Amino acid sequence: MGEFLLLMVSAILVNNILLLRFLGNCPFLGVSRKMDTATGMGLAVIFVMTLAGMITWLVYRYLLVPLSLEYLRTIAFILVIATLVQFVEMVIQKAAPPLYEALGIYLPLITTNCAVLGVAIINVDERYDLITAIFFSFASACGFALALVLMAGLRERFALVAIPKAFEGTAIGLVTAGLIALAFSGFAGLV
Amino acid sequence: MAATLREEFTKGFWRTIPPFRLVLGLCPTLAVTTSGINGLGMGLATTFVLVFSNLFVSLLRRFIPTQVRIASFIVIIASFVVIVELVMQAYFYPLFKILGIFIPLIVVNCIILGRAEAFASKNGPVLSLADGLGIGLGFTLSLFVLGLIRELLGAGTLLEIPVMWASFAPFAFMLKPPGAFVALGILLAFMNLISQIQARKG
Repeated sequence: MGEFLLLMVSAILVNNILLLRFLGNCPFLGVSRKMDTATGMGLAVIFVMTLAGMITWLVYRYLLVPLSLEYLRTIAFILVIATLVQFVEMVIQKAAPPLYEALGIYLPLITTNCAVLGVAIINVDERYDLITAIFFSFASACGFALALVLMAGLRERFALVAIPKAFEGTAIGLVTAGLIALAFSGFAGLV
Repeated sequence: MAATLREEFTKGFWRTIPPFRLVLGLCPTLAVTTSGINGLGMGLATTFVLVFSNLFVSLLRRFIPTQVRIASFIVIIASFVVIVELVMQAYFYPLFKILGIFIPLIVVNCIILGRAEAFASKNGPVLSLADGLGIGLGFTLSLFVLGLIRELLGAGTLLEIPVMWASFAPFAFMLKPPGAFVALGILLAFMNLISQIQARKG
């Protein structure tokens, strides 16, 4: 159990997938302008990434490895993720309309969120077993959501301050992300 | 025809240069630009995929049904990414090791899918080729410049040749992840400033 706790702390704080591994930065800057969109995106990513981490691991272990098609993993994973996202979208729409209302518009965006594919590849590269892979995917997604929500909280404040004209929009967003990343690198000694 | 061709090619260098004007493809931009060479390598790998995916999407645009176009584009892009991955592994192994996970992740670089969707699926193969090459080289240029700046400040070298004075203390922050965000943010603000001055003159 201690091992999993360590993995969790490491994935959320020490090696935060957004700030220190640089995966999933497009949605990070794209949907972090408002708190509620950031929360919606964060939840959708936690849901999809955990599922995708599990399924891509199974596909790799029981389909690609026996057929020695490991070099096709990039194509296989992206297809699995695209199909999964579409499928999740349909299931949620039928089974839980309120949830669909909340997450619906973020789901298609997740297909091209490189964090999802990135985590799938890290799972395989690090030779995690199934349980560890699921745990790692879940923890990474939580780290993503945490950074996204923190960023949205800060960006909402930008409306209240005078920002130099050249820094408006993405530029100040990037500098802020840098400062959050700097704060997160303070966790480096934890694990 | 020649004029539009030149226009489609050159727009990638300033007017719509990624990742500054098109805020897409940030992950590789931030992650691999710890030196000029790394930025250049990543940029060229992306350009290769972008040029060929644009060409093939454009050639196949009449055969791909609209409903499944995104999935089809992704399969085309992924095929070229696998080619790049295998070629780099065989001939540029040290660079392949450094760029690591970001090579397979070219698949989900939004610039490539964005160009397939916004340009190549609507235009002929020659124009799409020019568009892919222009945007790709613009992206390479951005990564190269950002890499050079970070390398200069973070290690005091340019393309691995020491150029700073002897007592220069390297600014290690620039090579760390937070430095990547800050460097890109300041560079973007600088470009905005130039555009504003141009607009005031014009």
